[in-house]
Amino acid sequence: MAWLQTLDRRWIFLAMLLAVALPQLLQVRVPEKPTALVLNVFRKIEELPEGSRVLISFDYSPSSEGELAPMATALVRHCCEKRHRLVLMTLWPDGKPLVERAISRIIEGEYAALGLQPGRDYVNLGYRPGKEVVIKTIATSLRAEFPTDDAGTPLDDLPLTAEVTNLQDLDLLISISAGFPGLKEWVQYASSPLKLPLAVGATAVQAPQAYPYIPRQLLGILAAVKGAAEYEVALGERYPNLAVPQRQDAVRRMAPQLWAHLLIIALIVLGNVAAVLSRRAGGSR
Amino acid sequence: MLRNTIPWLIAACAGSVIIAAYFVPSAQRWQDTIGQWFEVLASFAFVLGGVNLAMQNLQKISARESGWGYAAVTLISFVVTLGVGLFKVGVPADPSGSRWGGSYQAEGSAFWWLYEYAYNPTISTIFALLAFYVASAAFRAFRWKNTEATLLLVTAFIVLLGRTYAGAVLTSAVPDEYSAFTFPGLTTLIMGVVNTAGQRAIMIGIALGVAATSLKVLLGINRSYLGSGDG
Repeated sequence: MAWLQTLDRRWIFLAMLLAVALPQLLQVRVPEKPTALVLNVFRKIEELPEGSRVLISFDYSPSSEGELAPMATALVRHCCEKRHRLVLMTLWPDGKPLVERAISRIIEGEYAALGLQPGRDYVNLGYRPGKEVVIKTIATSLRAEFPTDDAGTPLDDLPLTAEVTNLQDLDLLISISAGFPGLKEWVQYASSPLKLPLAVGATAVQAPQAYPYIPRQLLGILAAVKGAAEYEVALGERYPNLAVPQRQDAVRRMAPQLWAHLLIIALIVLGNVAAVLSRRAGGSR
Repeated sequence: MLRNTIPWLIAACAGSVIIAAYFVPSAQRWQDTIGQWFEVLASFAFVLGGVNLAMQNLQKISARESGWGYAAVTLISFVVTLGVGLFKVGVPADPSGSRWGGSYQAEGSAFWWLYEYAYNPTISTIFALLAFYVASAAFRAFRWKNTEATLLLVTAFIVLLGRTYAGAVLTSAVPDEYSAFTFPGLTTLIMGVVNTAGQRAIMIGIALGVAATSLKVLLGINRSYLGSGDG
């Protein structure tokens, strides 16, 4: 077992590459079952009456896109299926193109047949600097922060936002968050003081920070790719047109995650075996 | 006075108004105004950050410090990105025929191209490399040394398995009434109870610390943020 103690880390890198790439290339799929925290978010969107106003804040950058884009896509799809009206924004400077991508690929792409109109069915508010202060301000006045949408049209001229004064005129807030500013700030400055329903999607690193806010300040959490996969399964059960592999990006990513997790567990065991053997060899000398 | 007292008075007034706005509805308009001032300052911070980045990297290049080549790449990338954004290079013309009316991030523009085909893949790749380093670190550093490390190790095993299909399969023989003892059930318990309790304790501690520090800032007891060094 001496090889274990001198194992070149490039073998570990190769093993990780294979653990992630092979299930992806072989299109291996593993079943997922939605958990309570994910179903809370799903049911909330499902129960809102058609045409409800839902705000989705894309609080992440391309570095977390692999982890968060599937849940952003699934949530936007769900809102489109339910014909909810979407107010989209971001608190991250490099998040703006991600909002535009969601609009072009999902709202204007996959759901083109619905004829959803900008300004009437969805509004892109874009990005504003100021981090949590933006949330604090729009909690009392949306126009103080966003006098126009991202295209420069005054909010009063858009049917969707004409009657929206502040966050309290919205039916649901969703933050898809990779850090600061993100879910904690939405809880502290929006859902908690205004008693507004807030759902969040978070990276695996950030998700544990969201649990203390359940159930009063947060109605549910979509934690990392697994949360997104569970949401996609719930969506597929309710809307069979979404139960196809092309619409289940996160489900597709769960098999690589399974093998990567198993590899990490194996590596931890092997590392500890190597350490014990090394200690014993040292003691016997 | 100019360097110390006036900045403190501004901070104290702004902070007091924001606190008052929680209790006095009529103060909320002032709070919004202060919020807008903050955003103006935050926008200037971007300019300051840009100038700082340029100066730091120019110094490295002119002094030929080790790694000055990286500084040159950073500077060139910064100037190119800033330039194509400011001058709206490649921005499709708006309905009036002017490219100045279009968005600097419009699809097909040079800025959009840089974001989609340079920034986005680069930053995603760097982040994805974490998987390889986490695997290597798991092998080399995650040791069963003492009680705390053992607890951490066992928790990691349960959560790693509970967050995948493997956990459900390995404990599929457990009857439904004992589902709390399956890997997914134990993961839910760890995240919902143990993690929540720990997180809440940390959060309450931090909140008390923030409240105390804020009070010291508002009262002028702590002025270290002004850079005076007497805080």
